[in-house]
Amino acid sequence: MAKELRLMKGNEAVAEAAIRAGCDGYFGYPITPQSEVMEYLMAEKPHERTGMVVLQAESELASINMVYGGACCGKKVMTSSSSPGISLMQEGISYLAGAELPCLVVNVVRGGPGLGTIQPSQSDYFQATKGGGHGDYKLITLAPSSVQEMYDFVKVAFNLAFKYQNPAMILSDGAIGQMMEKVVLEDQIPRLTETEIIKKCPWATTGKTPDRERNIITSLDLDPARQERHNLKLQKKYKKITENEVRYETIDCEDAEYIFVAYGTSARICLKALQLAKEKGIKVGLFRPITLFPFPVNQIKEMAGKIKGILSIEMSAGQMIEDIKLAVEGKIKVEHYGKMGGIIPSPNEVLEALEQKIIGG
Amino acid sequence: MAETLTKQDIIKDENIVYKKTKLMTDKVLSYCPGCGHGTTHRLVMEVIDELDAQANTIGIAPVGCSVLAYEFMDIDMQEAAHGRAPALATAIKRLMPDKFVFTYQGDGDLAAIGTGETIHAANRGENITIIFVNNGIYGMTGGQMAPTTLPGMKSSTCPYGRDVKMMGYPLKITELIARLPGTYFVTRQAVHTPANVRKTKKAIRKAFDLQKQNKGLTFVEVVSNCNSGWKMTPVKANQWMVDNMFPFYPLGDIKVDGELVK
Repeated sequence: MAKELRLMKGNEAVAEAAIRAGCDGYFGYPITPQSEVMEYLMAEKPHERTGMVVLQAESELASINMVYGGACCGKKVMTSSSSPGISLMQEGISYLAGAELPCLVVNVVRGGPGLGTIQPSQSDYFQATKGGGHGDYKLITLAPSSVQEMYDFVKVAFNLAFKYQNPAMILSDGAIGQMMEKVVLEDQIPRLTETEIIKKCPWATTGKTPDRERNIITSLDLDPARQERHNLKLQKKYKKITENEVRYETIDCEDAEYIFVAYGTSARICLKALQLAKEKGIKVGLFRPITLFPFPVNQIKEMAGKIKGILSIEMSAGQMIEDIKLAVEGKIKVEHYGKMGGIIPSPNEVLEALEQKIIGG
Repeated sequence: MAETLTKQDIIKDENIVYKKTKLMTDKVLSYCPGCGHGTTHRLVMEVIDELDAQANTIGIAPVGCSVLAYEFMDIDMQEAAHGRAPALATAIKRLMPDKFVFTYQGDGDLAAIGTGETIHAANRGENITIIFVNNGIYGMTGGQMAPTTLPGMKSSTCPYGRDVKMMGYPLKITELIARLPGTYFVTRQAVHTPANVRKTKKAIRKAFDLQKQNKGLTFVEVVSNCNSGWKMTPVKANQWMVDNMFPFYPLGDIKVDGELVK
């Protein structure tokens, strides 16, 4: 059968992927540059296509708590927003992580702090990978760098979220969300029936039947010893995720002397910079983390033994660079280059930065 | 030989006038003696039992004194973040329209931090039931001023009494809710006398019956005392509630069959 191809915006790809992944519910609130997710869903009438619920909430606070309510019932639920909205959701995300609930949160990042700008940025890396809300917790964080990956990672994120009973985040940016590319679509996965959900999620609040104790979903435990046991259980889970779920891509890294480390839109800019570098005879490769948590620590550590320096390219003041430095353990030079305020650096600027900060520096 | 009654002779169905509510767990209530929460818990569970709906009900606990409601109610429950219960309930009901879904919230939770969620769930006409226990104070955190604290009433954050010029007015959220087209049945009750307990139970039953008919949001406020927070004995607290709370929060139906009661 011929592949189903469609020209789509990144945000639209997320929406179509959600329907086809058998998502049960989307709860959102408009914010630029990701409003197309809900617009697409509403236009598609997924309640007719698959029975999926789509609801525009009164705020991001409400939408993430709707996600919480649905996730407690074992449903495949999600929301999407952009940076200021994701900040509002941090309370709910912390509760979801604390109560070990699977769900998907998509952040189409724009520049900050505050209201900032509606242009693309990568300045929410810390928020996504270091917790964001209160308490010791982690989100499984995937960073797409194409519209196809925006589509693919919806299913990947849901699978990981349910596998580990943990919220997952797709950390995108305004450029990936807004640009159009061709996307290969997959066949529809049917939504789970109530019986299937009860089997798959025996912990879910589906109504207490005589054959089991009541199910309670809470992130509260007033007994410090029990709460610490819960914290340790979470940490054990994050360790397991770190050991098993690291994803990354390498381009021209085999005989490279220098490496760009970049994700999302920055990684796309670096691809062009690689070509420009080749013309100048500079041996540089690209290491693209796909999971930001778990971060590919071991892979970067191993690579550091074979190269002379790393330039972290981020559309921020330099956030991921802290994780790179921790991985490299001071063995080689690691510098940051990036633009802020919603500006995407040009391939020439990236190459110049490599020459000045790493090769010549 | 004279006949003597044994325990076994007395424990017969026809002699039972009071028993433990079937859907209350064996956990000892954490509420202060004299508080209205215990009675209100029972009434909700009695109604669910009468509806034979244990397997079809999902409840949501708030943050506040009743944060541990799920310890006492023998049904599937979710613990919400402070004020967010109506958002959880919205999603649950939309994803599982055949279930009874209710939130159990206090006045700080529902009428301060959760005002947005409360009003919008009501205005969307979500087919859920909200049980709202209003004691005019933040009980769990130690008696601070609530959105429903009466003018002049003392609390730990208005120790000289609520000065409305400085602290604003108490919010009659139930009257506000009743004016929204999405609500179908809105009532205010109390549980300080047997007669009021019976009326409150009737109101809760009605709210759940209407939920089954998908009529829109049903809302039962229970005006309660907080003898600890008010720093009174239970008996005095009830009398103070009658004398001061009821004139400001009058008991009775506010909206019936989608129409405001004149």
